[in-house]
Amino acid sequence: MEFLGPEEWQAVALSLKVAFWATLTSLPFGLGVAMLLARGRFPGRHLLNGLVHLPLILPPVVTGYLLLMTFGRRGPAGAVLEQWFGIVLAFRWTGAALAAAIMAFPLMVRAMRLAIEAVDPKLEQAAATLGASRGRVFLTVTLPLILPGVIAGAVLAFAKAMGEFGATITFVSNIPGQTRTVPSAIYAFLQVPGGEDAAVRLVVVSVAIAMLALLLSEWLARRVARKIAGR
Amino acid sequence: MSLSVDISHALGDFRLDVRFEAPDGVTVLFGRSGSGKTSVVNAVAGLLTPDQGRIEVAGRVLFDHSQRISVPVHRRRMGYVFQEGRLFPHLTVRQNLLYARRVTGRKSQEGLARVVDLLGLGALLDRQPGALSGGEAQRVAIGRALLADPVMLLMDEPLAALDGARKAEILPYLERLRTEAGVPILYVSHNVSEVARLATQVVVLEEGRVLQAGPAGRLLADPGMVRVMGVRDAGAVIEARVLRHSDDGVTDLQFSGGVLCLPEVEATVGSELRVRILAQDVMLAVERPRGISALNILPVQVLALRRGDGPGVIVQLRAGNDTLLARITRRSADTLNLQPGKACFAVLKSVAVAQTDIGLGLHT
Repeated sequence: MEFLGPEEWQAVALSLKVAFWATLTSLPFGLGVAMLLARGRFPGRHLLNGLVHLPLILPPVVTGYLLLMTFGRRGPAGAVLEQWFGIVLAFRWTGAALAAAIMAFPLMVRAMRLAIEAVDPKLEQAAATLGASRGRVFLTVTLPLILPGVIAGAVLAFAKAMGEFGATITFVSNIPGQTRTVPSAIYAFLQVPGGEDAAVRLVVVSVAIAMLALLLSEWLARRVARKIAGR
Repeated sequence: MSLSVDISHALGDFRLDVRFEAPDGVTVLFGRSGSGKTSVVNAVAGLLTPDQGRIEVAGRVLFDHSQRISVPVHRRRMGYVFQEGRLFPHLTVRQNLLYARRVTGRKSQEGLARVVDLLGLGALLDRQPGALSGGEAQRVAIGRALLADPVMLLMDEPLAALDGARKAEILPYLERLRTEAGVPILYVSHNVSEVARLATQVVVLEEGRVLQAGPAGRLLADPGMVRVMGVRDAGAVIEARVLRHSDDGVTDLQFSGGVLCLPEVEATVGSELRVRILAQDVMLAVERPRGISALNILPVQVLALRRGDGPGVIVQLRAGNDTLLARITRRSADTLNLQPGKACFAVLKSVAVAQTDIGLGLHT
């Protein structure tokens, strides 16, 4: 790539990797939570809803700090993960992925929840009367109808994960090649004299990726509406 | 007994307390909206779990509160046709029809070809549900339920969302279903004309309770049911056979009480029909009227008179082995001195009987 220098390219590649894994691993959880929030009737539903949306409202630094407290090597979850599974998150790209996933989670859940709420439960009842078990109903009726919404949620989460800065830098710092994602790199370039050109190039890449993701998700959202209307 | 229901359930202020048994054939749950019809059907389907009671279909217990039995919806094998069709919008008509086979792996006894033929779905197979008219969508929904190889069909006002022409288009299919598919049907309706066309058995619901239950012919000819059916819709049904079509456009039908002349009935000679004769279309005369345009003058005997709150009287009449109803004024009943046992003549204009009130007989 002529346009980007090796250091910049490294940041873009790392960001793509972090965002990809953040999106992929949070997808099943996002779908589960969205189903719970859209359909579940249980005490604590509002609490769960608040918890999911918390990263959207909290200052990202606070989220990052909480992650460090919990998943740092001395944190309760971090210690268990390291002892039992040998997984270290703090100051690793996997930690960046976790931070990005948590920050993107509310957006993902929101998009999926809207798609699930647009599905008429009466269709699922009809499927059950035709002999489909709950799992079958989900696979053959619910999932196909919400699929564009699920993809839209994933795309949004991916874009958000690409741009995550505050929680990431707090939790996993800004280590080149390890945790220096595009936003961290832009920040770092702006701290050194003569780094502005590189920063601008990365800004252009960021804008392009964000725009693309947004357009893709809008297009998918329109498809879900059309699909449910049955045309 | 193919269906036995004995349930009670509280829905807010509304209490459902329903108990009835029904043989094979078409059992119509009849009642105003809010009388609990849909709740009963949902309980049979398993979409509603009653507080108490027991439901048995074709010898299989689907629900028994005291024994803690409640078969899950997808194992009940009830073919449910909903009021609004509920076709899957993301699947084609063909995929909708084959949905049950896809999820259960069970091949239905009713083959796709036969159901497509029975319901006239051939031209629709590759369409999306969004591109269907209301009547077409409802036919597909019926086909989809049939192809699930159901033990019983549940139909919740399948025609209510359709206009008169679409209704008339589907009714013959339902009549064919009654005789050809051999699956018992539990049919919800608040439309007397549908009851008269389809029902072999009627269960009348009022405010969550069974008011009356019995064979359709008997209930429709019961003066006591007139209040429920509505005076303008009250009328008995008779079974008749097509005798001949005359050149002048009149069709003669033979029934136990004589010959009935009706305008141009679309049925072949010898076919069995079911004709609904509205009580308000029947006149009574104590002597055989002469020089009158009405073609049908049938000798009958008064069985019973029932006075309502208004100026009307419902007269139940015996014509052969059939029963007719006539709605006349109290003044006429007094002037003619009508009493049970009195012989008189029922007068019926041929053109008074609407084509939609003539359907296939139960035994064809």
